[in-house]
Amino acid sequence: MKKLSARRRHPLAALVVLLIALAATGGLYTAFAPADQAVADETAQTLTIEEGKKLYAVGCASCHGTGGQGTTDGPPLTGVGAAAVDFQVGTGRMPAQQPGAQVPKKKVIYSQAQIDQLAAYIASLGAGPEIPTENAYNPEGADIAEGGELFRTNCAQCHNFTGKGGALSEGKYAPTLEGVDPKHIYEAMQTGPQNMPSFPDTTLSEENKKDIIAYLEAVNGDDTVEPGGLSLGGLGPVSEGLFGWVFGLGTLIAVAVWVTARTAKAKKS
Amino acid sequence: MSSQEIPEENLPAEQGDAHGAVKVADEKNPFADPGLPPHEHRIQDIDERAAKRSERTVALLFTVSMLATIAFIAAYVAIPVDKAIYVWPIGHISALNFALGMTLGLALFCIGAGAVHWARTLMSDVEVADERHPIETSPEVRAQVHADFRAGAAESVIGRRKLIRNTMLGALAMVPLAGVVLLRDLGPLPGTSLRHTTWAKGKKLVNMNTMEPLRPSDVAVGSLTFAMPDGLDEHQHDFQKNIAKDALMIVRIQPDDIKDKRELEWSHEGIVAFSKICTHVGCPISLYEQQTHHVLCPCHQSTFDLADGGRVIFGPAGHALPQLRITVGEDGYLEAVSDFAEPVGPAFWERG
Repeated sequence: MKKLSARRRHPLAALVVLLIALAATGGLYTAFAPADQAVADETAQTLTIEEGKKLYAVGCASCHGTGGQGTTDGPPLTGVGAAAVDFQVGTGRMPAQQPGAQVPKKKVIYSQAQIDQLAAYIASLGAGPEIPTENAYNPEGADIAEGGELFRTNCAQCHNFTGKGGALSEGKYAPTLEGVDPKHIYEAMQTGPQNMPSFPDTTLSEENKKDIIAYLEAVNGDDTVEPGGLSLGGLGPVSEGLFGWVFGLGTLIAVAVWVTARTAKAKKS
Repeated sequence: MSSQEIPEENLPAEQGDAHGAVKVADEKNPFADPGLPPHEHRIQDIDERAAKRSERTVALLFTVSMLATIAFIAAYVAIPVDKAIYVWPIGHISALNFALGMTLGLALFCIGAGAVHWARTLMSDVEVADERHPIETSPEVRAQVHADFRAGAAESVIGRRKLIRNTMLGALAMVPLAGVVLLRDLGPLPGTSLRHTTWAKGKKLVNMNTMEPLRPSDVAVGSLTFAMPDGLDEHQHDFQKNIAKDALMIVRIQPDDIKDKRELEWSHEGIVAFSKICTHVGCPISLYEQQTHHVLCPCHQSTFDLADGGRVIFGPAGHALPQLRITVGEDGYLEAVSDFAEPVGPAFWERG
């Protein structure tokens, strides 16, 4: 650094800087050049779909049918859209391990590139919601209070007031929203995975969804501070009451027993 | 029960050491009264230095309590409300809440601990026996009271002046009616308001997220939307009263999947509008499972089948979920055909 700083007044310094700037501009231009983009895009798109079809044949076709038409083991995938694939495969729910009341979130086994290929293939079967751009779900600057109101109207009945999740019928449940990628929250609202109803843009706008994501980040994110300390699962009066009865009352009884178990007499018997 | 299991303090004391009344067995009471066990002294009763130490301990506890109260006030003044700290093992917590809780807890605990220590070591601990005595008053007193009562009755001439007696009884019986009449202030009777909602012919369905009227194309299959009648405003004084009955759940089901004929007739191309109020005790229900079309109530797990006329399939609810008949108006928005055909919400006496 010192050498560089010492030579900044060299007569050729300006020339060197100019050359670097030119090279950077040229390089960037080649990288982002729109030349032949339409053709390239189309071939790339076709290639992606082809790759996706191969992945689909191996990983998905046994349940969803060879053309995505669905079987008795899995629903049809025509028209579910790329967003549904990105959510289901991106959270590890698909491919499912076993039939049951609900397919749980688990380790993701496909890379994001493979997920995109699968999504492109499924999207080619019928029009559906697309994978949202980061612009759509980035909660920066969204209205957290409005999001809270929307969350309580639309989501809290199943996912609880701060998104801790809850039980549904016959073994189904609404999962916790803690640590879920904003993109996946957005896609879930958009597509309605499994038994969750969908909240399309026509009834819950993109702006509304952003507000909801911002609210979740505020009350259930990594940096969320619980003003009361122990949240006890955030499930409300049941866990709080249980804690109070067991530990609060238990401590009082233990102290009372301790006080009366010791004699105050001088002559210990 | 063997003698080992009897706690020591329940065993009879040795005759010589016992103080208090000791009675020997006689024919009427075959068991001798052992009397109280001998009184034993505490170290503080014998040793004045120990008593002084106890006094200082109690005073110290009370002083700590005072300091904790001062710390409570200081924390309330000094700590900003949104400051967060990390406390093991609780985790991140509001510094203010933590400080207030700890100081107030300490202040109260020290008062209690001081009082207990005071009572155990310094207050008198001599056992005192209170003999039982009959509750009955003596025959002389009772006879006197009866005589007084009869004399009073005779002097008041209540037995002879029947008119006074009867009007007095009437007056005493009437007075409580004043209190009963005041119950009228509990409000006007509900009248027929439990049977009706704001919904009426031509009322548009307004999306509660966007506050815009809903078009059929807005409602996708498998989606869930909440709606209220057009014209309802959050700032109206009776908004809560109305929304408690008007709230709707809008879902779209493939017409082929709808099993109930009337439900299909009352829908618009599979878009059905059901009351959001549980027919059990009126909780808002909207735990909708889009694959099974079941709606679950979070309060008592009543489950309704939205694909079969809102039929109750589980739980304590007594009535199917009321459906609102909807159609599309001339301007292309979803609107109600009429009010609900039956009262929404929980059953009531006159519902029939």
